[in-house]
Parts: sequence; C-alpha cells; structure tokens
Amino acid sequence: MGVLHFIEKNFHQILLLTWEHVFMVTVSLVIATAIGVPLGILITKKIHLAKRVINSANTIMTIPSIALFGLMMPILAIIGQGLGKVPAVVALVLYSQLPIIRNTYVAIKNVPPSLRDAGRGMGMNNWELLREIEIPIAVPVIIAGLRTAAVMNIGIAAIAAYIGAGGLGVYIQQGIDRVYPEMIISGAVLVSLLAILVDSLMAGVEYLLTPKGIQLQKRLAP
Amino acid sequence: MKKLYAKIYNILLLLLVLVCGIALEKTGTIAFLSDPDNFPELMRLLFQHFYLVTISMAIATTAGLSIGIALTRPGLRKYSGFVMYIVGLGQTIPSLAVLALVMSFLGIGTKPALFALTVYSILPIARNTLAGIQAVPTSTIDAARGMGMTSAGILVNIELPMAMKVILTGFRVALVINIGTAALAYLIGAGGMGDWIFSGIDMMMTDKLLAGAIPVTLMALLADFLVELLSSVIVSKGLRLTEE
Amino acid sequence: MIAYDHLTKVYGEGRNAVTALEDVNFTIEKGETVIFLGPSGCGKTTTLRCTNRLESITRGKILVNGQNVMDMDAIALRRQMGYVIQDIGLFPNKTIAQNIAVVPKLMGWDAKKIAERVDGLLSMVRLEPELFRSRYPAELSGGQQQRVGVARALAADPEILLMDEPFGAIDPINREQIQDEFLNLQEHLRKTIAFVSHDIHEAIKMGDKVALFTNGRLVQYDTPAMLLTHPKNKYVADFVGADRALKVLGIVLAKDILNPRPRNLVTGENSAGDVLKMMEEKGLRHAIVIDQGKPLGYVRPRDLKYEQGDVRDFVEKYPMHISRRTPARDILSFMLMLDLLTLCVVDENGGFIGTVTYNDIQKRVKESYTSDVEMD
Repeated sequence: MGVLHFIEKNFHQILLLTWEHVFMVTVSLVIATAIGVPLGILITKKIHLAKRVINSANTIMTIPSIALFGLMMPILAIIGQGLGKVPAVVALVLYSQLPIIRNTYVAIKNVPPSLRDAGRGMGMNNWELLREIEIPIAVPVIIAGLRTAAVMNIGIAAIAAYIGAGGLGVYIQQGIDRVYPEMIISGAVLVSLLAILVDSLMAGVEYLLTPKGIQLQKRLAP
Repeated sequence: MKKLYAKIYNILLLLLVLVCGIALEKTGTIAFLSDPDNFPELMRLLFQHFYLVTISMAIATTAGLSIGIALTRPGLRKYSGFVMYIVGLGQTIPSLAVLALVMSFLGIGTKPALFALTVYSILPIARNTLAGIQAVPTSTIDAARGMGMTSAGILVNIELPMAMKVILTGFRVALVINIGTAALAYLIGAGGMGDWIFSGIDMMMTDKLLAGAIPVTLMALLADFLVELLSSVIVSKGLRLTEE
Repeated sequence: MIAYDHLTKVYGEGRNAVTALEDVNFTIEKGETVIFLGPSGCGKTTTLRCTNRLESITRGKILVNGQNVMDMDAIALRRQMGYVIQDIGLFPNKTIAQNIAVVPKLMGWDAKKIAERVDGLLSMVRLEPELFRSRYPAELSGGQQQRVGVARALAADPEILLMDEPFGAIDPINREQIQDEFLNLQEHLRKTIAFVSHDIHEAIKMGDKVALFTNGRLVQYDTPAMLLTHPKNKYVADFVGADRALKVLGIVLAKDILNPRPRNLVTGENSAGDVLKMMEEKGLRHAIVIDQGKPLGYVRPRDLKYEQGDVRDFVEKYPMHISRRTPARDILSFMLMLDLLTLCVVDENGGFIGTVTYNDIQKRVKESYTSDVEMD
C-alpha cells in the first residue's frame, strides 16, 4: 500500500514528528497535573470553592479546541509567543484541567467517611490522613482522569499543527494542502495509533497503581 | 467568609469579561463582525455550521440511543462489553484523524463531513445510554415486571426516565464536541465557521480569526447551557432529590 | 479513669440550637467497662466522641486520669486511646498487618517491635497470624474484620478503649461469639472501656456499669443488676423491658445460688434400704446420689421399695449437669425442658460442687427486688 511505502520512506521524519507530539502532550500533562491535583485536593477541603472551580474548568473544556487555540494566539502574541508550541501547550494545560481536577475531587470525596472517622479517631492529623488513606484510595480514579486527559490532548495536539506547533498533525495539514492522500492517511493512522497506545499504557498504569487491597475489594464486592 | 469569596469571584469574573471586551475591540473583531459587508458571509457560515451540527446530531442520537438500548436487551446483552470496547476505542481516535480518514475515502465536501461527525458523535451517546440503563436497579425492574408491565412498557416508563440524566449528559458531551469538530470540517471542504478561523490563522488576521472563534465558542457554551436546562426540566424531580 | 463533669454539647446557635448533651455527670473507674446505652439520638455517641475530641465540648469538661482533655493535644490524646467504630473502618488499601500497625507506626516504633506486636494481637483476637497478616480487609468476613478492628485499637496498648457499637455490623450469631471473646480478652487486659450500645442485652452482658441516656441527659448510672431491679423511673423500666426479672436471671450465675451441701445428698455405696429409711425419716421426696465425687442421678422412694443392693444401681440419671458459670436463666430453661426441679453443678472434671433448685432461683429473684444490696 502506498501508505506503508510512505511511512517507510519518511521514517525519520515520522519519528521526529511523533517526538514533537509526545513532547507537547507530556509537558502539558505534567503541568496540568501539577496544577490540577493539588487544586482538586484543595477543593475537597474547601467545599464552597468546589462548585465554582469545577464549573470554570468545565466551561473551558466546552470551548472548541481550535477556538481556544485561536484565542491563545493574539493573547500570547503580546509576549511574542503567538504561534508554535507555547500557545498549544497553554491550551492543552487548560483543557486537561477538568478531567484532572474533577477526578481528583470526586476520588477523594468518595473515600468512605467511616475510614476518615477511624483515621481521625486513631489520632491521624490531616496530612497523615491524606498520605496514608485518602490519596492511596483516590489514586486509581485520579489516574483514570489523567488517562482521559492524555488521550484528549493527543487529539488536540494534532490540531495544534495548524498553529505551527508541529507534531503528527502536520501530515494531515500538509497532506490536505498538497492533496497527498498517503500523507493524510499516514498522519491520521499514526496519531490514532499513538492515542490508542497511550490509552492502553495509561490503563496499565491505572492497574499497577491501584493498591492491591482496593483491587481485591472491587473483585470481591457483592 | 463565604460571602466574601463569592463577591471576589464575581468581581474577578466581571473584570475578565471587561478585559475580554476591550481586547476584542482592540483587535478589531467587533468591527469585523459588525461590518455589513461580512454579514452575508457570516450568515452563510453560521448556517453551514448549524446544518452540519444538527443533521449529524440527529442521526447520531437516533443511532446512539438505539445501539445503547439494543445492547441492554436480553438477546444482545452478551455483546455489550465487546461493542463498548470497540466504541471506546473509536472515541480514542482524534477528531481530526477521523475527518482526515473519512476524507481520504469519501472525498471532500459536506457529505463526508456529516458522515465523520455522525460517527464521532454516536459514541458518547451510545455509551451513556448503555451505562444509564444498566444502572437502573434490577429490583426496580423486577417490581415492574411483577406488576405485569411489558418489556416495552418498562423501557419507556422506567428504564429511560431513570437513565435520562446520564443519557442527556452523553448527549451534551457529544453535542459540544460536535460543534468543535464541525469547526474543523472546513478543512475537508464542508464550510462552517472554521473557514474564518483557519483563514484568520493563515493570513495572520486576528480580527477574522476571533470573528470565527468567538461565535463558535458562544455556540458551544449556549448548547451546553441549554442541554443542562433541558436536563433539569426533563429529569424527574424525584430522581434529582435522591442525588442530593 | 474518665470523669465527665457537667458535660454539655450544643450544636448550632440561637433559635436553631440543638442540645445534644445536657449536664452529664459520671465517672468511669479504671479497669471498668461502662456501656453508654440508649435509643438513637440520645447522646451516647456524642459523649463518646467528646471523650477523644472528635466532637467539641460546649460547656463542662472531661478529665482523663485527672487531666482536662482540652489541655492536651488532640492528636496525642487520640493516639493514647483505642477507637473502634461500627463500620469497622479498616483501610482497604492496607494489609491486615499494616492496618494494625497504623498507630505504632505513627508513634515511631521500630519495625521488629511492630511485627511482634501485630502477631501477638492477631493471636489475641483468635486470628492465626500466619494466615491473616498479609491479607486485605476485602478478603475477610465482617466478624473477622471487626476482630482486626479491635486488635488495631489495642495496638499501642492504650489504657482506654472507646467503642461505638463495635459489633453492630456483625450478624447475630457471630456477634455473640465475638462478644464472648471480647469479655475473655477484657478479663486479661482490664482496660478502661466506654462502649456505646443501643441493645439492652449487650449492655447487661458486657458492662460493669451502664449509663442510660435519653434526649441528651443521663438518666441512670448503675450496675446492670441495679438497672434491672431498681429502675429509677418509668422510662428506664420500659427501656430495660417488662421481662427484666428474667433478665436478672441472665446475670445471676449458678455459683451465686448453689447449695454445696444439700440435705438430700447420699453416696452411691449406701444400700437402697438405708437410703429409703433416711428418706422416710427426713420426709424427702427424692435424694441425689453421688458416686466417687460425681453426681449419678436421683432416686425417689418408690424406686427403692423392695429393692436390695447399692442405691447407685437404682438411680434415674440426670440428663445433664450445669457449670458454675451457667446463668440462672439457662438453668431455669433446662428445668422447664427436662421437667426437673433440681440440677447438679459440676466442675471441669465432672465433680459435684452443689445443687440448684427451682426454689433457689425464685428466692433469689425475690430477694433482688426487695433488697437494696448491690449484687455482683
């Protein structure tokens, strides 16, 4: 097939583009997690903020991705970063907030209150409670949120090619421009495979990071 | 303390809107949008966008609901895991890739775009319909059957109403994504507001870019809000109470 | 010991204020188990949770070993008390061993000491350490989980245990068993225990004293026996139940009422004729025959008439015997079942200790309702 031939011929460039793509997604996820998880934990302690924060994140995610890129461009152009990876990463970070914050919030809130009571009654302070109980139990759901964010980001990063951010979306963009079907299909297939791969990887991470006791609880539940 | 936070939040929000308004003015977006010369094109693009969204959502909703319901029926229940896995996989594929692939096989234009949008929107609806109906307690269905309700009756009177909140959430998610993806449909020749967005980027025309991006954003926000409203009206009050 | 001094707890303010506890005064002595008893919402759980400051105190104070709990660091206070709750609250992400080790680890014990303690505690609650220490809570039954809960509370060897309906989530059959085991444990450990319950039977069984609450007030603070025999008012009388006379029998044990030297006792090697003569002389309608220190059975005059030989050959065997710790209520039940008015009390080897008759039981019940003497 012409597509396989294309991939073979441009293998080096594909690696480069894939790396660009992965780089953008990883950086944005790391930043988004660094912001989102603590924020998610914070709003479980300050319930009155919870609704607002989650609504704000939800609103941001409602904005169509290309529109958000479009909005980022003039704003960041002020500091000379209107095109390229910076607006892309900023938009990706913003997009990832909802799944990460919401999952963190829900995960910690869903820790059974009797466990908190037992922990406090035993003399755990708030940090110990978080560290020993709330976070370990919440981890699987938080990772699930990261997984959603990762897959979403891969898709959106593909669109970022249109604002000069590079990545595998470039093949789709240029392929359409130059009417080069093999390029289009390669780009589309490669980015899809990347998404599926990352999804499976994250599912694996989710499984590995679930405390054994919780896995058993799920399996043995009535 | 709570009141103070609320006040601060509201003030910040107001400031944000003000700043956005000013920025908009500065970039010439407002001027562009209000320019009578651009008006017919605006209307045309809006209509195209609207057309893409409405048709694809209509088909996707019908298909999604049907698939979701079908998979909860006794005969097909065993396929539900498999089908949902495939569906989930499909959802992982980026929207742009779906458009690109569809274009490669079906060519450019409105019809391929509609096809891509429909297929992409079926997934959240089907998955949520399935999950929503599965979540109806078996004891409730048992009671209904014991009373002599038919399967169809149970579906219409109990399963669907109880699953409605989850189904509407799936619909809302699908709709919002659809509006965003429809903006990409321009790239495969289907028109829509994407036209201004992408040409704005290409030609470095911020006013055109924003004139395209902002209406689409507003459309998405409005759609989100309206479905939420619909949800609060349709979903029975009794069910909402149990969630509190 | 724990002293509750004018303890008052109010939720909310002004018109919306709810008084959960009003002027509660009593003291739990060291080594005692006190049951906080009462219906839902009476304040018993609130009192317990004020003790380890999981609830705040509005007025009054709680003194633990003379120190006001408010003068102590809340975290430190809680770490020196064991806390067992109804939902058990085992941490699902930790193994059984890790669950038990929580407080010792927080207190910085070294790993070896912790491991030894964990195994020791598991043995104490009848869970084989080899089998259970690496399991997870999800793999254990409710009863097993709560045993771990108790072990966890005892881990740092606290002097005081706070227990909030600890056996409430366990099915009735296992509940009896775990209650018995806990009583055994307490006999060895002699902890100071505050135990919340809504079940009068559990209160009588488990408590040295009972604090009966209603609507935030302490109504009566007494031993279970006194509560049953001298209820202070109609509320208490209704709460303990109309069958409280029978409940008293649940507290009285065989050893409290047995007669070690009944006058109708004879030994097996006596001849039938001699025994018959003795019975006619003393006007006995039946005699109890023991042989080599063990009770054989009983004889009536007509069994011995015209008979020759040792009386041991003519006995009607007792279908069963009772032990020193058998409650009078059970004894009465056996008597009714077997249609006998006398039963023999034996020791672990089957040796005769004494008898209990129906009259003994009835006399005892009557005494408890008319005397002001405390019964143990």
